[in-house]
Amino acid sequence: MFKDFFRKTKYAILDTPENVERKEPEAFTKCDECGNTVYYKDSDKNFKVCTRCGYHMKLTADERLSIILDEESFLEYDTDLETLDILEFPQYQEKIKETQELTGLKEAVVTGEGKIEGIPSVICVMDQRFISASMGSVVGEKITRAIEKAIEKKLPVVIFSASGGARMQEGILSLMQMAKTSAAVGRLNKAGLLYISVLTNPTTGGVTASFASLGDIIIAEPGALICFAGPRVIEQTIRQNLPPGFQRAEFLLKHGLLDLIVVRKDLRQTIAKLLAFHKGV
Amino acid sequence: MTKKLEFDKPINELEDKVKELQEFAQEKNIDLSDEIKVLEQRLHRFKKETYENLTPWQKSQVARYLERPTTLDYIKYIFTDFVELHGDRLYGDDMAIVGGLAYLEGQPVTVVGHQKGKEVKENVSRNFGMPHPEGYRKALRLMRQAEKFNRPVICFVDTPGAFPGIGAEERGQGEAIARNLMELFCLKIPVIVVVCGEGGSGGALALAVGDRICMLEHAIYSVISPEGCASIIWKDSNRAVEAASALKLTAQDLLNFGVIDEIISEPLGGAHRDPEAMACKIRDKIIKNLKQLKTMSQEELVKFRHKKFRKIGMFTEDIAEN
Repeated sequence: MFKDFFRKTKYAILDTPENVERKEPEAFTKCDECGNTVYYKDSDKNFKVCTRCGYHMKLTADERLSIILDEESFLEYDTDLETLDILEFPQYQEKIKETQELTGLKEAVVTGEGKIEGIPSVICVMDQRFISASMGSVVGEKITRAIEKAIEKKLPVVIFSASGGARMQEGILSLMQMAKTSAAVGRLNKAGLLYISVLTNPTTGGVTASFASLGDIIIAEPGALICFAGPRVIEQTIRQNLPPGFQRAEFLLKHGLLDLIVVRKDLRQTIAKLLAFHKGV
Repeated sequence: MTKKLEFDKPINELEDKVKELQEFAQEKNIDLSDEIKVLEQRLHRFKKETYENLTPWQKSQVARYLERPTTLDYIKYIFTDFVELHGDRLYGDDMAIVGGLAYLEGQPVTVVGHQKGKEVKENVSRNFGMPHPEGYRKALRLMRQAEKFNRPVICFVDTPGAFPGIGAEERGQGEAIARNLMELFCLKIPVIVVVCGEGGSGGALALAVGDRICMLEHAIYSVISPEGCASIIWKDSNRAVEAASALKLTAQDLLNFGVIDEIISEPLGGAHRDPEAMACKIRDKIIKNLKQLKTMSQEELVKFRHKKFRKIGMFTEDIAEN
């Protein structure tokens, strides 16, 4: 009996505090919108949507692919494209290197093909950790190639946009990517293939003014900022405060610029349903 | 009186002096031709030295100069019987873009271009050449009409950019530009673009998808204004001079990148010194290019335009791993 008691006290010594401390910074995040503390274990179940205010937090390209595609169905295209600092723009090369190391990505968009509830599609996802997912030569080229692949394979295209716009550091070549990608969508249309454009927070500038606005069906996530000119630029130009909700997905829907707003947990099923309508087209 | 360009001041002073001397000689009926000749030679040298060595920032100022000829000036000199057509049939008529029918050497063409004002009042009504969505939709309507009647389109590009405002966003500024980009690629008629002043970002590009892109010697064409770029990158719009160089926005840079096809040289001292001579040069280029494009079939044209833009972009690719 005495022995048992001794053993019990021994078992009570736990080495967990150290572990808990290490995990703590990663265990939760703050919602950008309402400041609510969101535990990852809750938010992951909830697709990184704030449990209190419903704010849709930003997703990495990997996270996006994992919630949209069928498991292990993804085949990535054009993994080796990297930017050339053709303008020799101040600090650009360093910024690219730094971002590549930080994110493990080579550029701001991941493209490839995969299945959504069994339906094969070409899919492109922009990742904002990479210089605000701005569009330079590589992003323009990868989107264009993905669309061309879709034409070749007669597949539908789903693009998840999120972008700060054209990438300044590549100057006029970035601007020309708007024309190049829009031309590619034109060719896709001619081939009679479906393009679903999904606008996520924030989609702005040159991406809004090119392929992102050209979907047969345009979907947005709730609350996403979608605009050509950013709110700050507009405020500076017209010297007025902007009305609440201006340039948010709900505002765009009201003004006839979107087909649907879909919450993240329903996105996969909604896209699959829309794709199914066009099966065998 | 418009505010003169800072680096143009010595030239302006000399120009005034020559004029003064000429008037004086005429008035007093004396022969000052030798003196005038010396001054004129100096003036010529001055202009040459200044305008052959403009920095990118100075070029930006020339391109935006209030006295620089606008689309309507060029239309007046290049075409005959211009009839302006208005409205997008959806919302309104945007005066920041003009368009209509005209003859070029007796051949009907459609002309579209950004339009800046000459003075404050006109600039307010033309919104300083910054279009709203209805402007782009009007342009597209006129281009489709040109396609229907199988006449070429000539576009003049001169805008600080698409207008950043509440109404513009409500009516889908992004969509309007995107649609123009896509549709311009599908037009089965020759499209010639002349970047004549400021090529400001997406707002310029929406009228600048064509089979031939010509650019005036001192025009600029950029993804963002130097001021905008400086304020985003360095949080300091006063560093616009630096940004203008970094952005590589001159006609010479763009020709190197293969973004434009040719540069149209300006009269000595800039297009604003002789709008008619400038228009004459543009006219010659348009006629020359149209002749070339007319030899192509409709399908060839569309294919050619796609190919032309398809190849723009610079990147590396590790082929070995592919």
